[in-house]
Amino acid sequence: MATENPGTNCLLRDGDGNDYTDLKVYQKAGGYAKLKERLTMSRDDLREEVVKANLRGRGGAGFPAGVKWGFLPKDTDKPVYLVINADEGEPGTFKDRYFLQKDPHRLLEGCILSSYAIRSNACYIYTRGEFYDEIQTIDKAIADLYEAGLLGKNILGTGYDLDIYQHPGAGAYICGEETALLESLEGKAGQPRMKPPFPAIVGLFGCPTIVNNVETIAAVPVILDMGGDNFAALGTERNGGTKLFGISGHVKKPGLYELPMGFNMKKFIYEVAGGTLDDRPLKAVIPGGSSCPMLTPDEIDIAMDFDSLKTVGSMLGTGGAIVICEPTSMIDVILRISRFYSHESCGQCTPCREGTGWLYRLIKGFKDGTARPGDIDTLYNAAEHIDGHTICALGPAAAWPVQSVVRKFRHEFEAAIQNGGLAETA
Amino acid sequence: MPFEFSKEMEARFAKVLEKYPAEHKKAALIPALYLVQEQHGYLTIDGMKYIAGRLDISASEVLNTATFYTLLRKEPHGRFHLQVCTNVSCFLRGSDDLIRMIRDKCGIGPGEMSDDRRFSCEEVQCLAACGTAPVVQVNWDYHEKLTTESFSTLLEELQSREISAPEGA
Ligand SMILES: Cc1cc2nc3c(=O)[nH]c(=O)nc-3n(C[C@H](O)[C@H](O)[C@H](O)COP(=O)(O)O)c2cc1C
Ligand code: FES
Repeated sequence: MATENPGTNCLLRDGDGNDYTDLKVYQKAGGYAKLKERLTMSRDDLREEVVKANLRGRGGAGFPAGVKWGFLPKDTDKPVYLVINADEGEPGTFKDRYFLQKDPHRLLEGCILSSYAIRSNACYIYTRGEFYDEIQTIDKAIADLYEAGLLGKNILGTGYDLDIYQHPGAGAYICGEETALLESLEGKAGQPRMKPPFPAIVGLFGCPTIVNNVETIAAVPVILDMGGDNFAALGTERNGGTKLFGISGHVKKPGLYELPMGFNMKKFIYEVAGGTLDDRPLKAVIPGGSSCPMLTPDEIDIAMDFDSLKTVGSMLGTGGAIVICEPTSMIDVILRISRFYSHESCGQCTPCREGTGWLYRLIKGFKDGTARPGDIDTLYNAAEHIDGHTICALGPAAAWPVQSVVRKFRHEFEAAIQNGGLAETA
Repeated sequence: MPFEFSKEMEARFAKVLEKYPAEHKKAALIPALYLVQEQHGYLTIDGMKYIAGRLDISASEVLNTATFYTLLRKEPHGRFHLQVCTNVSCFLRGSDDLIRMIRDKCGIGPGEMSDDRRFSCEEVQCLAACGTAPVVQVNWDYHEKLTTESFSTLLEELQSREISAPEGA
């Protein structure tokens, strides 16, 4: 994992020689130092700091975390749950794994503070099943906290009780969608629920629930340490703080970097990540996970935040950029992406179940040389008919990248028809 | 063959149950199925029926969940299960070369198992390690930043490693 850090060192401290999985080391660096004080703060003041921080959800949708917490019913006699989304699975994304692997207490301290803020006494961490080693790391860190009296009943004598449990996923990307995650946590197949009601009203076991991404919650202790206003000031106007940005594909220094929100994408690729692999000409960039519409080289001089990327018709998503260079065929790229969504569709909604498979087969036709001239438009239209017709956002996530490739690289599809298929590239 | 938890698994199952409210025991289903899998190597109908009984749910509820998830296995794998990520970032960094190498060295392709049951191979989706692509997960172990050289060394090592009876996980 790369450690170079042109931003600040708030979140990413990999490579400073410390093993933060060790509770003592984490504490020595200031971790949990003010926990007692914070667990006696007013809950509203604590939430207010997170609101001030302009912390936009790091799971992909960018919803302000503090605001979401405010959607919980004010007085309920039901238990309230905090559920951490550690199902990280969007192709191009590998940031949550950093906390699970290297800095688990950042997440756990965030869980304690956030649970307290939302009046929850039970927190579940839903970790993707493939993360076997990370699951052991988190379990060990939780056990250490109980032993140190930092979890359980009456934490540090504050009168606040909290249990944290880890729950393993079992290999289904869809369970990253928050309501599918809740179904899965309840022991069922991961099929998303209709919204409303939103999880804040009817969530886990029918109770009010907040679902947040790992990185979102790991930022909470950092925010309280530096103050919400100061965190906000690190980023741009409506996008507070720094964030972990990933970069993979055809660059010299792929890896994970902490950068302020709004950092320029071109600079990210050419300066931070060292430029393109073997200095090959850049062809396309997927800004933040495979569901984001692709950008062409003339569109990448842009700030990486939730609002700016919208102005060029794409999204910040998870902040995991994928860089694609010549001579890779965009048909090969979109073939992998469409195969993924077709494989991961939960099968509940017909437009997604049937549509994602259709997209994949049509694209495969261009590769194999069986596509006919009308297929380019059929492909675009099929994608259009998935978008907006499904319960969850997996359908649109499958449709948008396809549409962007057809729009921006139509000539490659035309050439594939003319040449009777495609040679292998990468 | 009827299935029953070993003593060790019984203790771990009791720990799993503690995590969920007593009236929502079904939440323990996925962790419980992992325990069956760890003990037996994969999920059998008997194993699933056993869990249904332990969690007071129907066998069809168990089957419905078990068949939804790729990590819950309904058949045995080889001793070394080679899970090659061929999603976009790994593809861009040469994952297809790794698939080819498995074909050459182990004589199997995705979805296949070698005759001696030492190797099985599967193409998997993004393993959330794209910055260190290409990635292969062997059983639970991640192998990252692979090159054809390092992967070849790994396969040779697994090829010559002494193994006892075929193990599932
Ligand atoms: C198909 C799909 C997959 C998703 N996968 C993830 C994921 O792996 N991790 C995650 O945090 N959010 C994922 N999300 C977003 C969640 O539904 C949810 O918005 C998020 O967990 C909320 O946390 P945040 O507000 O802290 O970002 C996914 C959404 C969809 C539609
Ligand atoms: S694409 Fe292979 S690990 Fe993400």
